[in-house]
Amino acid sequence: MSFEVEVEKRLGDVEIAVAFASGPGLTALFGPSGSGKTSILNMIAGLLTPDRGRIVVGGELLFGNGINLPPERRHAGYVFQDARLFPHLKVRANLLYGARQGEGRIGLDEVVDLFGLDHLLGRWPRTLSGGEAQRVAIGRALLSNPRFLLLDEPLASLDQARADEIMGMIERVRDELKLPILYVSHQRAEVERLAASVVAIRR
Amino acid sequence: MHLTPDDWEVIRLSLKVAIVGVVVTLPIAFALAYVLARGRFPGRILLDAIVHLPLVLPPVVTGWALLIVFGRSGPIGGWLDHAFGFTFMFRWTGAALAAAVMALPLMVRAMRLSIDAVDRRLEGAARSLGASPWRAFRTVTLPLSLPGVWAGLVLGFARSIGEFGATISFVSNIPGQTRTLPIAIYTALQVPDGENVVVRLALVSVALSLGALVASEWLVRRQSGRAHVL
Repeated sequence: MSFEVEVEKRLGDVEIAVAFASGPGLTALFGPSGSGKTSILNMIAGLLTPDRGRIVVGGELLFGNGINLPPERRHAGYVFQDARLFPHLKVRANLLYGARQGEGRIGLDEVVDLFGLDHLLGRWPRTLSGGEAQRVAIGRALLSNPRFLLLDEPLASLDQARADEIMGMIERVRDELKLPILYVSHQRAEVERLAASVVAIRR
Repeated sequence: MHLTPDDWEVIRLSLKVAIVGVVVTLPIAFALAYVLARGRFPGRILLDAIVHLPLVLPPVVTGWALLIVFGRSGPIGGWLDHAFGFTFMFRWTGAALAAAVMALPLMVRAMRLSIDAVDRRLEGAARSLGASPWRAFRTVTLPLSLPGVWAGLVLGFARSIGEFGATISFVSNIPGQTRTLPIAIYTALQVPDGENVVVRLALVSVALSLGALVASEWLVRRQSGRAHVL
């Protein structure tokens, strides 16, 4: 099993309760906006603490039974919906922020090639288009040598051509790096193209 | 305009008092700003009020309070005198302490605004990329709040250069020790032929304050190319 998640969390008036287990490849969390999909990713990444439950990824217990690993020890490659690049660092420094020495299965040169970032390395994040920023964000997550990827609507702010381009890159990452991926979306077409399994979230 | 040796002594003393006061206060002000911006603990509002007290009290009252606490028979002043033979009384260090206390609320306010403006989700991004809380603070929160640190330094420096009431009631008006620019100007106003001194020192005050503003704006521009102090 790649992801075994069973969590409950109350956020104000919203009660999030979800349980799923998924196999290798890309798993889509599919549901309307406001159904707590991002909160589920935050709980898996360790940025939000569930009220109760259990999170296991790739056989490693991240949360539950009194264990609550801090985000920096979960080795999640989290790509946020808004890219969330560090505004005070240029693209190269953003890419290398989480780069872990030695054990890396993918290096800066490969990421630069794969995502076509060569001409962006010296730029400030605020000068990037939405698609460029999203490519940098995915590259940054991969360079941190993650054990799994969390993608939060990475195509949401992009036009169709850019979205197709990024989807192609996600497929390559999925097939070549063989990382478990949890992919949040409310677009049926994306989910059908990318996902091996789908978890439907209701409000 | 020719400055006399006496003028220079006043200027040197004022700069020393303001710079030492502000630099020593800087880490304290940042820590307070961070705690007030991020902390959720009982007594936060009280702490906030105490930090801001020098801003709303008459400066003479603040000076008197410093006298009570740091004077030779005060709880802290007495201990310092007894343990180390150190005293703030009638010394430039006392003027620096008064300047620091008066500058503190302005410095804390500027830094706190800046810390509030840091997107905390960026810290989450740093953590998910493997950064410890301390590394996330050092590499994300601190650099992103630097414009507020510069603004706080400039405001604190300008406030310190202008400090009068707390200083004169705490450590009096001692030439070469506590007679800073405003106190020297005030003293010159009290003597019949002091007008020239007043004009010269007033112009110096204007130049120092403007210089500080321009320097900080230049620093901020050079450093990031986007944020502004003013």
